[in-house]
Amino acid sequence: MKREMTGAEMVLQALKDQGVKHVFGYPGGAVLPIYDEIIQQDEIDHILVRHEQGAGHAAEGYARSTGKPGVVLVTSGPGATNMVTALTDAMLDSIPLVCITGQVPTHLIGSDAFQECDTVGITRPCTKHNWLVKRIEDLPRILHEAFYVATAGRPGPVVVDIPKDIQFATGTYEPPKNIAHKSYRPRVKGDMDAIRHAIELIARAKKPILYTGGGVINSGPAACQLLREFAQITGIPVTSTLMGLGAYPASGENWLGMLGMHGTYEANMAMHDCDVMVNIGARFDDRITGRLDAFSPNSLKVHIDIDPSSINKTVQVDIPIVGDVGHVLEDMVRLWRTGSHGLDAGALKGWWEQIDRWRSRNSLAYRPTDDVIMPQYAIQRLYELTKGRETYVSTEVGQHQMWAAQFYGFEAPNRWLTSGGLGTMGYGLPAAIGAQVAHPDALCIDIAGDASILMNIQEMSTAVQFGLPVKVFILNNQYMGMVRQWQQLLHGNRLSNSYMDSLPDFVKLAEAYGGHGIRVDKPKDLDGAIEEMIASPKPVIFDCRVASLANCFPMIPSGKAHNEMLLPDEANDEAVANAISSEGKALV
Amino acid sequence: MNAQNLNAPSAYFMADIEQPAESHTLSVLVDNEPGVLARVIGLFSGRGYNIDSLTVSETEHEKHLSRITIVTTGTPMVIEQIHHQLDRLVPVHKVTNLTVDARRRNFEKPLERELALIKVAGVGEKRLEALRLADAFRATVIDATAEHFVFEITGRTNKVEQFIAILKPLGLVEVSRSGVAALQRGPDGF
Repeated sequence: MKREMTGAEMVLQALKDQGVKHVFGYPGGAVLPIYDEIIQQDEIDHILVRHEQGAGHAAEGYARSTGKPGVVLVTSGPGATNMVTALTDAMLDSIPLVCITGQVPTHLIGSDAFQECDTVGITRPCTKHNWLVKRIEDLPRILHEAFYVATAGRPGPVVVDIPKDIQFATGTYEPPKNIAHKSYRPRVKGDMDAIRHAIELIARAKKPILYTGGGVINSGPAACQLLREFAQITGIPVTSTLMGLGAYPASGENWLGMLGMHGTYEANMAMHDCDVMVNIGARFDDRITGRLDAFSPNSLKVHIDIDPSSINKTVQVDIPIVGDVGHVLEDMVRLWRTGSHGLDAGALKGWWEQIDRWRSRNSLAYRPTDDVIMPQYAIQRLYELTKGRETYVSTEVGQHQMWAAQFYGFEAPNRWLTSGGLGTMGYGLPAAIGAQVAHPDALCIDIAGDASILMNIQEMSTAVQFGLPVKVFILNNQYMGMVRQWQQLLHGNRLSNSYMDSLPDFVKLAEAYGGHGIRVDKPKDLDGAIEEMIASPKPVIFDCRVASLANCFPMIPSGKAHNEMLLPDEANDEAVANAISSEGKALV
Repeated sequence: MNAQNLNAPSAYFMADIEQPAESHTLSVLVDNEPGVLARVIGLFSGRGYNIDSLTVSETEHEKHLSRITIVTTGTPMVIEQIHHQLDRLVPVHKVTNLTVDARRRNFEKPLERELALIKVAGVGEKRLEALRLADAFRATVIDATAEHFVFEITGRTNKVEQFIAILKPLGLVEVSRSGVAALQRGPDGF
């Protein structure tokens, strides 16, 4: 309905019209008019964070766990610059975020005013698009366009920068209209000829593999269902990137586990040796491919992606299909069924036997002990004791993140919230908070490391204030474990600045925030303590003391190919010291 | 595979792929809104692409559309990337690779012209020689005193380059160039 209102009112009205229920934010001078509207309504809940970066990651966790855009409201200057990490994170992982920033009044822009920064300039490379609103007449259109751009095609973050005088100005509000965007209209339907070619290619394959990614999850639950159906009717093995975990269930018959640098041996060997690779919503990231010139050398490749710029970026493919994964999979399933295609049963059987031989290497093996908790064991127990519930798992970044990906089995999409592309330490706690806001009755766990958790620990205060009983499960080895592992691999085990001295007492820290603290250092006490954590109605910090020098294997050392993995049973000190060639050392 | 890559010092082998770099001219139709040029330039610098020439001006006033013409160099894979990266910018309406399009239509190149203003100062024989050369290159004099000329020349980039090079010993003072403006040959637009 068209109506006269102020810019600040328009912001709230547009959020309501876009179906927003929660906003994560932090007030400041340049957004006070909007905050003044927030307190005078009760349709939209505002979650007050303790640092703007926390608001960004919380909105990401909210978005990933719901499939809806996350909304952030912050002030000008430092409020906006503190959002940059979260925006970049959302950009790299294709997470829809709408970030509204306050700006100094129009007439002060460019004068180095108090808390002024060039927000659109700073956030231009880390957003899908951004707008500085200079006229009240443009505000309603831009707000609605922001939601469209954030969610259409490959999702991503957007910023709407609103000067304070525009928030006070009065204009005519217009509700969202269902008209085509004048220039940004991503293609969702795949080219039928290409899809037909792909189906024919797959039907002739002897050693096919489905390599799936976060695009399947972004496409929605229907796409995940279609992926499961396609895997089932074809019998093709399925592997997934870090971002795609849960699209195909970990208990599924065709599941090979995650692929890539810390993926399973069977997944990586199958990628290397396959003859037809079907990339569904993944982007040939360098953590996945290893050395490019030795990446799956003998396969024909199909790549389904909604973003044409993902295709042929690093890996040349044979059949590119630009379109939404869900739409394309729908066509593929239909063509497969109606064409009564079937793979060569003998060849497929042989392929699975080969995969079983690789699987028998048991690449995730580790040696449990009675004295010390092995980090892998801690994740396994956490999984066993939480798997029957509605559980959302976020992580920070490092060894614990990889162990969580390896040992926590995801059965459904949108349950796994992790910073894949940017690798942002400090992501997990706010992301768990965001997930908990969206799913108040679910169990939301941040699997953390002792180093990462300190990067956004202040959000414990948010969790307590809003009664969000998130569980922070810290694998505490008193190291930046992944940094230490790389120093061992690359730098003669000289552990420069990777030891976390003077860590806080996490139990007391939890209590200081008003949460509940638990500490465990013996394997026999682990199950009981995890039960205690689940049962607690409060936010919990769980200080799980684990073996301090455990390394994360298997691993494709940098500069190596998929078939040159370092397996845990081969990873003695000498093998670790020589795993990476001098050329590989230059890589990340 | 690319055996010569096996000892390369990086996992990012794009530059090693044996494809020679080519010069391509891209035509980009964009909304003429604040920041649009910064988005295009930021994309090139952020992703390490080259800009050899960039020309921009509003070309359809009623629709507020500008045409950006970019001459860039890269392997075919990189050029394809640039095309798609430009295309996914929100204010971009259309990207056309005029070089590829020209080849497809059996033309050697698209129509490409550049304008340059060239100031030459000098007296005596040098001054006369500059004027003679300008005539040969069909450059026109748009400003003059007893000590100087300003020439205007329009043409393909290599013609402009050549004219400037020849004027160098004849008292060349300074040059301003428009960058390349380009259109496809034939009756249809894009």
